[in-house]
Amino acid sequence: MCLAIPGKVLEIQQDAEGVRMGRTNFGGVVKQVCLEYTPEVQCGDYVLVHVGFALSKVDEEEARRTYEALEAMKQLGELDTPEFEAGDAAQPGGSP
Amino acid sequence: MKFLDEYRDQALAEKIVNEIRRTVTRPWVMMEVCGGQTHSIVKYGLDHLLPKEIELVHGPGCPVCVTSLEMIDKALAIAARSDVIFCSFGDMLRVPGSEVDLLILKSRGADVRVVYSPMDCLKIARANPEKKVVFFAIGFETTAPANAMSVWQARQQGVKNFSILVSHVLVPPSIASILQSPLNRVQGFLGPGHVCAVMGYREYEPIAARFRVPIVITGFEPLDLLEGVLMTLRQLEQGRAEVENQYSRVVQREGNRVAQDLVNKVFEVCDRKWRGVGSIPKSGYKLRWEFREHDAERLFDVKEIDTKEPEACISGLVLKGVKKPHDCPAFGKQCTPEHPLGATMVSAEGACAAYYAYGRHLQGQKREGELEVTR
Repeated sequence: MCLAIPGKVLEIQQDAEGVRMGRTNFGGVVKQVCLEYTPEVQCGDYVLVHVGFALSKVDEEEARRTYEALEAMKQLGELDTPEFEAGDAAQPGGSP
Repeated sequence: MKFLDEYRDQALAEKIVNEIRRTVTRPWVMMEVCGGQTHSIVKYGLDHLLPKEIELVHGPGCPVCVTSLEMIDKALAIAARSDVIFCSFGDMLRVPGSEVDLLILKSRGADVRVVYSPMDCLKIARANPEKKVVFFAIGFETTAPANAMSVWQARQQGVKNFSILVSHVLVPPSIASILQSPLNRVQGFLGPGHVCAVMGYREYEPIAARFRVPIVITGFEPLDLLEGVLMTLRQLEQGRAEVENQYSRVVQREGNRVAQDLVNKVFEVCDRKWRGVGSIPKSGYKLRWEFREHDAERLFDVKEIDTKEPEACISGLVLKGVKKPHDCPAFGKQCTPEHPLGATMVSAEGACAAYYAYGRHLQGQKREGELEVTR
């Protein structure tokens, strides 16, 4: 129910009632989305959309930072010697 | 799709799981608050990837599930009227009331329509001026801005034949209610990312401090959820109880102020009955008096409907994280998505329905879509 998906705003215009709307691309499916709650959003931005409303702009810089932090953990993990616990050593070769 | 696919990366999931294994030293119980998170966890089998020390219990965050039987009966009473076009999100149609559901009413000739957004109802209302168009406004804080906008625009545009039946619920009072219960087992929370996209997470800070529980605002993709577990685990292992934000690409501490402003203009906080749980003080929204001409509960005189819930199922305990779906003897037997006995089986996001959909009633079989981690 709180499902919300990210989409890219292609075009911004006002509808007949003066509501700020954006043509938004969700992986190839284009829908009209209400942008009244995200006045800062520009064409080309990604927004998080729930029941036809953009709730927030997706912060690409923040997304990149978090993802890089996860990937850094991945490298750290690879440097570690795998630890084995009783009952947990089905694959003694450790992680690939 | 950008911002979705990269958060389903198996190799990265594996590294987070390994980090979780390295960090955990003792058993912990965590609750994911939101039904969408429950759905992802069960779909990708994330709970099966975690070390046995970490138990995930499933929270109350499915608005379809927790909409009270009484409110469903009110919706049915309104939808049955010949002068009404009753509009709803699709997942409410099969939720059983005391006797029937909206889909059965529709098959008997009632004008029940599924809409994608409450704003669609304004178009239907303008196109059908001789009818009363009613929208079933359920949801958590995530959905409140959309529902508030529909009423606000109805007033701005003079659409007088549009009203909403409000059954909004709020997350923080439900978390507090879980923590106050003598049966509580939850030691840390994966907080509801999309609720917090709207509301921010300031209001979770006093809860974390008062009950000494970590709350990590978490997204919905597999990597989000695993990182949320890791962040919660680190707090628990280090004896911290703070609000942290895993979902920083979407959520800011203050939330969306523009949306909050309109929600507060249209709605006010009220006590709310939760299906399977009972009444929780100050845990819902109702329309403000200024918008009473758009309040279906007033217009259709259904305030007196008062339905007692059957005691047959344990959904109240599942919603509080005290029991798991397969602890219930009726799960997958008398109680299925086709014939739900209670709250947590009625919606795809309910814990029982998610367990059923992904084959958790079948023992020992590998299920489609689950991630695997080399151990």
